[in-house]
Amino acid sequence: MDALDLARWQFGVTTVYHFLFVPLTIGLGIFVAGLQTAWHRTGKEHYLKLTKFFGKLFLINFAMGVVTGIVQEFQFGMNWSEYSTFVGDVFGAPLAMEALLAFFMESTFLGLWIFGWDRLPKKAHLACIWAAAIGSNLSAYFILAANAWMKHPVGYEVVDGKARMTDLWAVLTNSTAVAQVPHVIGAAFIVAGGFVLAVSGYWLLRTRAPMWRNAARAALVMTALAGAVVAGTGDMSARLMYEQQPMKLASAEGLEHDTAGAAFSLVPGIEIPKVLSFLSAHDPNATVQGTEDLQRRFEQQFGPGDYRPDQPVVFWSFRVMMGFGMATVGLSVLGLWLTRRRREFPRWLSRAMLLALPLPLLSVIAGWLLSEIGRQPWTVAGELLTASSVSPGVSLAEVATSLTIFTLLYGALAVAEVVLLARHVRKGVEEQAPTPAAAERREPSLMY
Amino acid sequence: MIELWFVIIAFLWTGYFVLEGFDFGVGLLAPLVSRNPGEQRQSLQTIGPVWDGNEVWLITAVGAMFAAFPAWYAGVFSSFYLPVTLVLVGLIVRGVGLEWRGKVNDPRWCDLGIVVGSALPAFLWGAIFADLLFDSVPAALLGGTFSLAVCALHGAVFLALKTTGPVRRRARVVAMAASGVAIPVAVAALSSLGTFPALAAMAALAAATALIWRRREGWAFAATAGAIVLSTLAVFMELRVRPFPGLTLAEAASGPYTLTMLSWIGLIALPFVLVYQGWTYWVFRKRVRVEGTLLTHG
Repeated sequence: MDALDLARWQFGVTTVYHFLFVPLTIGLGIFVAGLQTAWHRTGKEHYLKLTKFFGKLFLINFAMGVVTGIVQEFQFGMNWSEYSTFVGDVFGAPLAMEALLAFFMESTFLGLWIFGWDRLPKKAHLACIWAAAIGSNLSAYFILAANAWMKHPVGYEVVDGKARMTDLWAVLTNSTAVAQVPHVIGAAFIVAGGFVLAVSGYWLLRTRAPMWRNAARAALVMTALAGAVVAGTGDMSARLMYEQQPMKLASAEGLEHDTAGAAFSLVPGIEIPKVLSFLSAHDPNATVQGTEDLQRRFEQQFGPGDYRPDQPVVFWSFRVMMGFGMATVGLSVLGLWLTRRRREFPRWLSRAMLLALPLPLLSVIAGWLLSEIGRQPWTVAGELLTASSVSPGVSLAEVATSLTIFTLLYGALAVAEVVLLARHVRKGVEEQAPTPAAAERREPSLMY
Repeated sequence: MIELWFVIIAFLWTGYFVLEGFDFGVGLLAPLVSRNPGEQRQSLQTIGPVWDGNEVWLITAVGAMFAAFPAWYAGVFSSFYLPVTLVLVGLIVRGVGLEWRGKVNDPRWCDLGIVVGSALPAFLWGAIFADLLFDSVPAALLGGTFSLAVCALHGAVFLALKTTGPVRRRARVVAMAASGVAIPVAVAALSSLGTFPALAAMAALAAATALIWRRREGWAFAATAGAIVLSTLAVFMELRVRPFPGLTLAEAASGPYTLTMLSWIGLIALPFVLVYQGWTYWVFRKRVRVEGTLLTHG
């Protein structure tokens, strides 16, 4: 165990943990904004109740997304100073743009939304939740563009051992980002849709209140549509991976040798002929490179070393991502069909909807493991190795200390978050009475 | 271009210290100026709508350092590894505390998180910047005490400005007490810099004390904000010459293309940010009363 291993663990732990909250923020923000819009347009009381109910769950979760996100921004400098120095010129730009263009908007308008219920005109208040929700989606775009650059670096040249940006537009419209952004945002909507489904399912099992049916139907539509986006962009990603990250593709499939007309391995032992080649190149007879042949070619190109990522992790995370994601989307398509034209939600469906909470979360986490472990041993594909990215001056003891602190703190907060969310789900909407009209005669504070 | 980006980063840090400075102070002092749960809510609601937006100034400042001066960003945060870890711990427990306290049955844990989470970064940012300048432990301790005391004063004045009733009275008393600590510490900390902004910062602190004594809360707040602007300016004037041991700004900087692109983006985005953040303060410009502190969403 050295500082590099611990720094990698810290990055993995903090990133995976951060991403438990981010998708819910991205998707639920838009969902709550949609509910409030529905209330605004129809004036129906139950939309207001649902807005406040899901709004509160959204805020409990939002807090965790924000505080764990701050850690991410500092971590590059703390643990990965060589990486930061090498890539800052290119990688820092989307990060700075995120803060300036997205994060300010999200936080400021969310503050206005939370405290502005009685103080802002209704339309302005509605605009605030939309601004906040759009801000979090925009923020996801910039982060994913930065992340995509690590896998497929474009729009730069290396001068004096540092990456120098030559084309910002190329970085922001990187083909990898173009596929990855809708893929991840779509997955976030599946997570949020699944969350709403699980909560509505819980309430549909207890009450016949029609509002839960409305909420569940809206979430079914959201999850099914997002599923289509994720499937389509997943196909794009597979083809890009074939061109840009062949080692990741080979590892995800457990393909050892270059194979023409490669079969898709469902699980070890069950293979569907030619499907891998078709998915990778849209040609059933295309040759897909295998890990061992790639390893030989990389050694010739980059010198001695092991260029294979952790094979079992990549192989299985791919299957968990696809399997759990498709199961959730399948459930929502089925649910839409079964509840068409005002049909009741069968009890077994409401029960199955409870699974829509954990499955997509496991799916997106597996997706990140596939994405990030799959690009090892590189931090920047073909340019910078993870081993050369770590901070040289940071000691094992320092990383161990911060890793321990973050792990313990994150663990405690996870328990608190789950308890808090569960309690508010159980409370239901009845306690979310409309706010009393603000009968306040506050004197202005700037009167002196 | 390099100079311009240094100025922008100094501006972002200044904005951060001025804005989050008072919400650190409020977080720190809320239990001290409140005698019951209603008053505690009243105190914290003065920063409720704005603290999260204030914190984004830090995220932007650090993001801008990463983009414009990667080697500086990497050097500072890897060499202040444990203090920065503690800053992050503070920001985590504080953020969660502020967001969750209206949604839990027993807010004591949240209040503890808010106090600890306000004190840690308020102290540590001062310590980190002082150590960056003077590279000595006593200087770091002095710098930390200075920033903690100034945040407390700034927050107390903000509380006095934004509340009514007993909290407002107590906040004024606490502000006087805080300036009793802040002024001598400022003399010790800032006189070693000796530059004009450093001296002017001391004068601004003295002015703030006089103004709060005379119950001119708005002007006193302007004075504490001015003191923070001036002391941050004094720090960055020193950093301009030597941002990090063994590193000049030019060596740390990104290429001209990146800096140009960032300049255009900043030029377009920053005015919008200033306008809508300003609007937030305008929307919540009224004083917060105990009766009015029902967290309408909580």
